[in-house]
Amino acid sequence: MAFMLKDMVKKEWRLASGHRLCPGCPAPTLVKLALMAIDYDVVVANATGCLEVSTTIYPYSAWKVPWIHNAFENAAATISGVEAAYKALKKKGKINRDIKFIAFGGDGGTYDIGIQALSGAIERGHDFLYILYDNEGYMNTGNQRSGATPTGANTTTVPVGKKSLGKLRVKKNITEIIAGHGRVYVAQASISHWQDFMNKVKKGVEYEGPAFINALSPCVRFWRVRSDQAMEVAKLGVETNYWPLYEVVDGVYKINYKPRKPKPLEEFLKIQGRFSHLFKREGGKELIEESQMEVNRRWERLLKLEEATKQS
Amino acid sequence: MIAEKTLVAITGAMASAHAMRQINPDVVAAYPITPQTPIMMNFAQFVADGLADTEVVTVESEHSAMSACVGAAAAGARVMTATAANGLALMHEIVYIAASTRLPMVMSIVNRALSGPINIHCDHSDTMAERDSGWIQIFCENAQEVYESTILAMKWAENEKVLLPVMVNQDGFIISHSVENVEILPDDVVKEFVGEHVPHEPLLDVEHPITYGPLDLYDYYFEHKRQQMEAMKEAEKEFPKIAAKLSAITGNEYDFIESYKLDDAEYVIVTLGSSAGTVKYVVDEMRETGKKVGLLKIRVFRPFPGKRIAEALNGKKAVAVLDRSASFGAEAPIYAEVKSALYTIKERPILQSYVYGLGGRDFTPDHAKTAFDRLMKGEFFEGEGYLGLRD
Repeated sequence: MAFMLKDMVKKEWRLASGHRLCPGCPAPTLVKLALMAIDYDVVVANATGCLEVSTTIYPYSAWKVPWIHNAFENAAATISGVEAAYKALKKKGKINRDIKFIAFGGDGGTYDIGIQALSGAIERGHDFLYILYDNEGYMNTGNQRSGATPTGANTTTVPVGKKSLGKLRVKKNITEIIAGHGRVYVAQASISHWQDFMNKVKKGVEYEGPAFINALSPCVRFWRVRSDQAMEVAKLGVETNYWPLYEVVDGVYKINYKPRKPKPLEEFLKIQGRFSHLFKREGGKELIEESQMEVNRRWERLLKLEEATKQS
Repeated sequence: MIAEKTLVAITGAMASAHAMRQINPDVVAAYPITPQTPIMMNFAQFVADGLADTEVVTVESEHSAMSACVGAAAAGARVMTATAANGLALMHEIVYIAASTRLPMVMSIVNRALSGPINIHCDHSDTMAERDSGWIQIFCENAQEVYESTILAMKWAENEKVLLPVMVNQDGFIISHSVENVEILPDDVVKEFVGEHVPHEPLLDVEHPITYGPLDLYDYYFEHKRQQMEAMKEAEKEFPKIAAKLSAITGNEYDFIESYKLDDAEYVIVTLGSSAGTVKYVVDEMRETGKKVGLLKIRVFRPFPGKRIAEALNGKKAVAVLDRSASFGAEAPIYAEVKSALYTIKERPILQSYVYGLGGRDFTPDHAKTAFDRLMKGEFFEGEGYLGLRD
């Protein structure tokens, strides 16, 4: 089921160009690839965030598919209502075609303010795919820290200062939280590994019931990388095991990519300006070491989970 | 033609549930909260027994209830929900979005005091907090009105010139949990009255993709808000037509306000909700001793029938306006709006504000009588008075 570039160029983009996202932002690419991977009609719900504000400035819309933005914290609840309407109208014979339901949310709208609505919608078993584009902070409002912000990052609400090295707590592991719901397709993906991402979108859409993909989507603006470096930094996230590519299907773990020789986390951190203080300031080295240990712990745990849930 | 009705002894909550069953909405998304629970429990049982084929979305919060209702209504479904008090407050953000996105739906509100301290009993602080949300607001005096108003609300909300959500308010416990005789219409009559839902630019029409809820900045937002204001004016124009159609079936009258022994009355109480029933009883009693007293019941609070109220109160000697909620640091909401409505008439009555019944405090005939007696004796005072409050 590999996606071939030669086929993809023939497909229509369901998110038009001309939107107002930053140059180099991978979020619109993520959307285009996702919708290209789906051979069905779709309805999209979008949480408040960069993607939403930049693609639908009235009277323009970049969306060529039915699309709804309701509020920040309720993309999952909103799409669950759309899906319920679809089921009701299909049952009554008012709709005959197959339609798939997709929600896009950033990390603020998913890890933090929207986690309750997402948890509820998954527990209820609505047939929808939630795609989280994780850029590790409230980037739309200017780089405030979120539950997805990693240790040591410089943000505007936990800024680096004489007495601060930025965020000290670890990043929340939402992929595991969602996997904990059971009876759900869960995957972690990265914009750098687009075929893997598209395969996961296809699987998520075909899965009967709720599906969730957490996709790493660097913010070139506030990760302080050049606008042509989004793919490079996302790839380093995967190569350092900071961002493992894996799936959890009904509780069964599968790691999709195991770097033969994982790179040190430092390589992911050092090209990003948001971590530059860690390489200059006292205590920075220790924080990097702590972060490396957390990466190792999570990776080891993942390997064990894969082994433990292996099906004979 | 007046339909043949069935007389049943049911609570206000059950009256709501029956109206919902007969309307048979496509989607109901709701979250349990006292005293709304019997509506949803009864309705869920109707669905479980195959008496309605609604998709019931048992959400994890009221915020998600209203969010799912918005999604479902935008998708093209006929949508209903129910809540109370803190649940309505939790919905608040999306209550505004539902109205400004012009999504028709009907929400039963079982009025309950808004914390704190926490209290599960009736007052109107929950719904009054939403009076500027852009929803149509109907208040009911009893279970019969709850039943008929719910059916009427669905038709009103979905009217193509209106396309606004409607709240149908019933007093928590006083109406929702009290058993009364209610006349129920035949199922097919209700079905015919509400008709097929014809959605306006639904999301599920994938051949005609539409963007709902875009970013709307200073260059267009204001015009869109103007349209919303105009929609409420349309709602005011359309209501009498819809009400007349329902009257033809039920034989009952529906107006923005109800006048009770008001024509020759000199002293008047203005109120809404279940207290209107108590006031009617007192009016009857006082009329027997020759007192010229009357009641003006507000049935529709949004759109506010200011002109109708002003006409009805023109030339009266004195009027007491009763509020079951307070506005801290300002006049109570119904009083403030009635007072404002009277500004343009020639023979303005003397007005007195009373706050009563907060947190489920009983409103008794004695309280209504006290209010009338003070009007007749000319006992007026600054600010609001209280009925049934210990000093």
